[in-house]
Amino acid sequence: MFAYIVRRLIYAIPILVGVNLLTFTLFFVVNSPDDMAASQLGDKYVTPEAIENWKQKNGYDKPLFLNPDAAGVAQLTDTIFFDKSVRLFAFDFGRSESGRDITTDVATRMWPSLAVALPTFLVGIGVNICVALMVVMFRGTRLDRGAVFVFVALMSISYLFYIIGGQFLVAKTWRLVPISGFHTEGQVWKFLILPVLVGVVAGIGAGARWYRTLFLEEANQDYVRTARAKGCSELSILFRHILPNALIPILTGVVVLIPSLFMGSLLIESFFGIPGLGSYMLDAINSQDFAIVRSMVFIGSILYIIGLLLTDISYTWADPRVRLS
Amino acid sequence: MSREQQTQPAAGTVCLRVRDLTVTLAETGEAIVKGISFELQAGKVFALVGESGSGKSVTSLAAMRLLPDALRISDGSVEVSGQDLFGLSEARMQEVRGRRVAMIFQNAMSALNPVQTVGNQVAETLRLHTRLRGTALRERVVTLFHEVGIPDPEQRFDFFPHQLSGGQQQRVMIAMALACEPDVLIADEPTTALDVTIQLQVLNLIRELTRSRQLAVLLITHDMGVVKNTADEVAVMYRGELIERASVDEFFHNPKQAYSRRLIDALPDLTRFRQAATEAPLLELEDVKVWFPIRRGLLQRVVDHTRAVDGVSLAIGRGETYALVGESGSGKSTLGRAVLNLEPIAGGEIRFQGEAIGGLGRSAMLPYRKQIQVIFQNPFSSMNPRMTVGDIIAEGMISLGLTLSPEARRERIQALLQRVQLSAEHANRYPHEFSGGQLQRIAIARALAVNPELIICDEPTSALDVSIRAEVLELLAELQREFGVSYLFITHDLSIVPGLAHKVGVMQRGKLVEQGTAEQILTAPKHPYTQALLSAVPRI
Amino acid sequence: MKPVILWSDALIFLLVISLALFFWRLRNDPQTRERWAEVFSSRLGMVAFTVIAAYIMVALLDSLHFRRALENPESLATEEVFYDNKVTSVFDVLTGGMGERFERTYSAPFALLSFEKENIKDADGHDIRDFPPLRHAGQHLSHPDERAGDILGKSVRALLWGLLLCALVITPQWLLLRGSRFPWLASWTTQAVILCSAVWMVSLSRHYHILGTDQGGADVLFQSLKGIRTGVLLGTLATLVMLPIAVTLGVMAGYFKGWVDDVVQYLYTTLSSIPGILLIAASVLLFQVYIDLNPDFFAVGMEKADAKFIALCFILGVTSWSTLCRLIRAETLKISQLGYVQAAHAFGVSHTRILGRHVLPNVVHIILITFVLDFSALVLAEAVLSYIGVGVDPSMGSWGNMINGARSELSREPTIWWTLTGAFFFMFVLVLAANLFSDLVRDAFDPRTSLRRASA
Repeated sequence: MFAYIVRRLIYAIPILVGVNLLTFTLFFVVNSPDDMAASQLGDKYVTPEAIENWKQKNGYDKPLFLNPDAAGVAQLTDTIFFDKSVRLFAFDFGRSESGRDITTDVATRMWPSLAVALPTFLVGIGVNICVALMVVMFRGTRLDRGAVFVFVALMSISYLFYIIGGQFLVAKTWRLVPISGFHTEGQVWKFLILPVLVGVVAGIGAGARWYRTLFLEEANQDYVRTARAKGCSELSILFRHILPNALIPILTGVVVLIPSLFMGSLLIESFFGIPGLGSYMLDAINSQDFAIVRSMVFIGSILYIIGLLLTDISYTWADPRVRLS
Repeated sequence: MSREQQTQPAAGTVCLRVRDLTVTLAETGEAIVKGISFELQAGKVFALVGESGSGKSVTSLAAMRLLPDALRISDGSVEVSGQDLFGLSEARMQEVRGRRVAMIFQNAMSALNPVQTVGNQVAETLRLHTRLRGTALRERVVTLFHEVGIPDPEQRFDFFPHQLSGGQQQRVMIAMALACEPDVLIADEPTTALDVTIQLQVLNLIRELTRSRQLAVLLITHDMGVVKNTADEVAVMYRGELIERASVDEFFHNPKQAYSRRLIDALPDLTRFRQAATEAPLLELEDVKVWFPIRRGLLQRVVDHTRAVDGVSLAIGRGETYALVGESGSGKSTLGRAVLNLEPIAGGEIRFQGEAIGGLGRSAMLPYRKQIQVIFQNPFSSMNPRMTVGDIIAEGMISLGLTLSPEARRERIQALLQRVQLSAEHANRYPHEFSGGQLQRIAIARALAVNPELIICDEPTSALDVSIRAEVLELLAELQREFGVSYLFITHDLSIVPGLAHKVGVMQRGKLVEQGTAEQILTAPKHPYTQALLSAVPRI
Repeated sequence: MKPVILWSDALIFLLVISLALFFWRLRNDPQTRERWAEVFSSRLGMVAFTVIAAYIMVALLDSLHFRRALENPESLATEEVFYDNKVTSVFDVLTGGMGERFERTYSAPFALLSFEKENIKDADGHDIRDFPPLRHAGQHLSHPDERAGDILGKSVRALLWGLLLCALVITPQWLLLRGSRFPWLASWTTQAVILCSAVWMVSLSRHYHILGTDQGGADVLFQSLKGIRTGVLLGTLATLVMLPIAVTLGVMAGYFKGWVDDVVQYLYTTLSSIPGILLIAASVLLFQVYIDLNPDFFAVGMEKADAKFIALCFILGVTSWSTLCRLIRAETLKISQLGYVQAAHAFGVSHTRILGRHVLPNVVHIILITFVLDFSALVLAEAVLSYIGVGVDPSMGSWGNMINGARSELSREPTIWWTLTGAFFFMFVLVLAANLFSDLVRDAFDPRTSLRRASA
């Protein structure tokens, strides 16, 4: 088990290197620092001096890979590649284009993100499983078919509609909670309840439909027939036999997302004015702050890889047939 | 559970009576089981025999009211001790299942819940129908495990199904079925998924329990050997109807229906053998090894090898059939693939007509591909569902460069189809329009299309019903006489060997433990493993 | 008149032609036919397909672009023909100039007056502050009170014309398809509903703004209809870009195994570990920088928007092939173990031939399922991307842009709900139809579900 985890962590290195190279190519080779400076400065006809100034201020005035002017190791380290990409491996994210320290920003902003994303995630799974179980109890009936249609209809509604609709109905018309905002002291839940609600409702269609398929797949297995032949009631078959088995595929689909909860949700956070990483990314995209985007890509990849590892570990816990080696 | 319920019924009491049972497809109303009647007696095994699709499994599921939604019981009754099961509410029916009528299924691995310990699965039955709880419950399960012959029952209680062997899994199923001391046991193909040696043990266990507990057993099977070894009474089912019913002795000595006759004829005749041909060897294997690496540790280094085939030497003469017999996992199919050069060999030599062909490259192997052909086990997956039968047969001729004009090729395909007893117009049809037996004939035609010297037959009949199996084997024998082709016949079933093979080799764990002429192996086996295999073969 | 062929127009027609050829080739394969027959034998499938077909029709009509010839002024005595700088589509013409009737700013559905007060002169020439009348709504009415009756009368007339059109369209189908085993009636009913509402919309929009106007005074219904082309094209073209990458890599990895497999797996793990939205956003922004720095590349504004659109399709395609690639790799691994591939090896069939004849035809069902499944996901994604600011060009009508422009207007009193309603409704109908259709396609083509039904 330990050897397995270590091996998986070692395997993660080439992937992170790949991510790094890809982003570097995208940000510095496809578009040269000159192009970026020109577009940041906003004017079509900027003077070369202004570009040089901007590059120097943001540390883009070095060669890409190899610095022939420097001596020794500095030939490799005194470059854009080393400065902007290699340092990420040491979790040194540097400063954003507007001069703020990215590491501090990330550290303070991940908690509001988590405060919204974690409850949404947990409540969402709970609700979806309950809904799916109820539908599966009536499998093959009109109710089941009707429910599937409703799920598909719910899936077909744009996420934006859920958010805008939720804000309009709950916050504006009924005035139950504030439309948006976030405070760390006092009644935080007041600001969290609507985004969580919207997140959960928006996920029911796809989630419950997926879980229903998983449950039905298990319901057609031979061991269910065995349980029935033993004299089990339908209810106990559902909870004691089908559910534990269906948890295995549910886990694979779900555990991988847990680390990424730190990243928050782009849409929810921006609509509800939550100062998390999601709105941080959105602001970075809108202000074309590539330093932040680069750092977030790296963080996101690490979290995804951790998620994959957690998935494998959770497998051994849920499925006695799997042993990691 | 009260004392009096535990008393056993007297031998011969009717425990379950099926009357005019009719099962139809819910959608079309087509009858799958057509008004059949029989009764089960305490202490007796009643065998219901038939091929796939005959309706025998549907009958058993209907008796338990466990039919899938697509099927419906449209007429008849099933009485257990005078009570009609079809009249009970679902809640009352749940009390009957597992308590008075219990069932065991074909594939124990999939019939057991994979994420629950086997002990708990048996305990669940007891918890549903008795008041046993806690340590008493556990002790009862351990006793049951002991009774059905599971070694170390105390430890095995906490095992998951995948940690047990196939035979032990089936024993757990039996323990689960017997836990509440039912009157009736329905066993649906209980041994089909097991290796022959284990099959015999499980059947003997069922037989013993029938006697000791005065169970009324309904044994559903397609295997006449199983019937012969286990049953007291036989009924033959054919297309949803019971066509014949007799005691076992009566049935095997004097079958009334032609169909029954055919089923019995499929049993081996251990008195007639084919004599080994004496010609120079066509294919020689010398100390052939096929190893698969096992990787472990941080760097996934190769620490060991799975020795799938570990030093096998054999020779096949021209026009000769060599039967390679062994249980699943013995390495016999891997050996066949190695001869076809689909699996790299780790050592030894494969010679075809005196030339070494082991380890040849893709293009160097091409001339030999014309001469060594193959027929696979599963006829349904061995043909591309998106190609017509004509294209399937033509594929080899084209790629191996048999220079034929399109017309000549078409004629040859039609001739081949007719040779394997299909008609010429079948060339334009697609594989899914054919039955398993027909597909296997097409597979034979495909192999013959390039005029091979040797055909590797990898379990070509094990997916087929008994009566069709005989036809395919007969066709193979005919073709051998006609074209002088040799067969390397891979099978797990010793009973088809007489009348088919000249020579037999027995494989166990990658090694050839014994080989010789068919007569030697089947009449005077020397190796204990061969003897065990042979003792499981039913005889008339 | 001078036809204009935008890149996206060419691609969409290419796609339609190749799909048609693809199905023409498949018509002989009985299994494929049987499965399609299964999809179309359900009434729901027929309805969903008809709706999708209607959307595609609109998208195709909206992809036939041209520039109008301008009439030369009398003073200019030359034979040369000048063309309008504005690109028009056949669809614009068919809607009867619905898109050319602009107001000053917001107005409610069927309103006669503007939504906002302005300084206007009353009948006596005094300056007053009131809601000004709209320029293109209810001009023919002598009194505002006649509006309800007028709408009703015009609706009935439009409905009659609609029914006549239905008769023209459906009768030949009926003659042709009578006695077919498919539930064509469901399709005809849907067609009738679509045709009647189309006629109703076109004829009423000549006198009213059915869904009101937006901030810039543009007709909301027309914008919603223009969003169809963007949605449909994005949904299909992005998948089209992804398919060759995913299929080639997936099949190669699953078939050749070894180092090829390692490389492909590495590629898609790396790609899928990057948060998708960031990758898309970064790529789009970088392309934006490129366009900004090279403004001379494109002759017409529409061409620039189109280039951005194609780039978006490419970016979505290139960043999203990993899921399909994984599925195809797994399926190919399974297929290469099957008897027919083994038999092909035993017959010495070459790798290319095995891939072409045995592997590819048997993974087509996965491609198909992904294609229909991704379509609706992409249509929904467009709205989100436009909201984030990395979607299609603002000058190109799209539902995302409409929502983006109107999302803050719900907080106004009285609420401006019509823009959002229009965009969400047209998007919902398309996505719902696509989702329902993809469910049926999956049920018919996925061997796992068909196996389940066979065993039941």
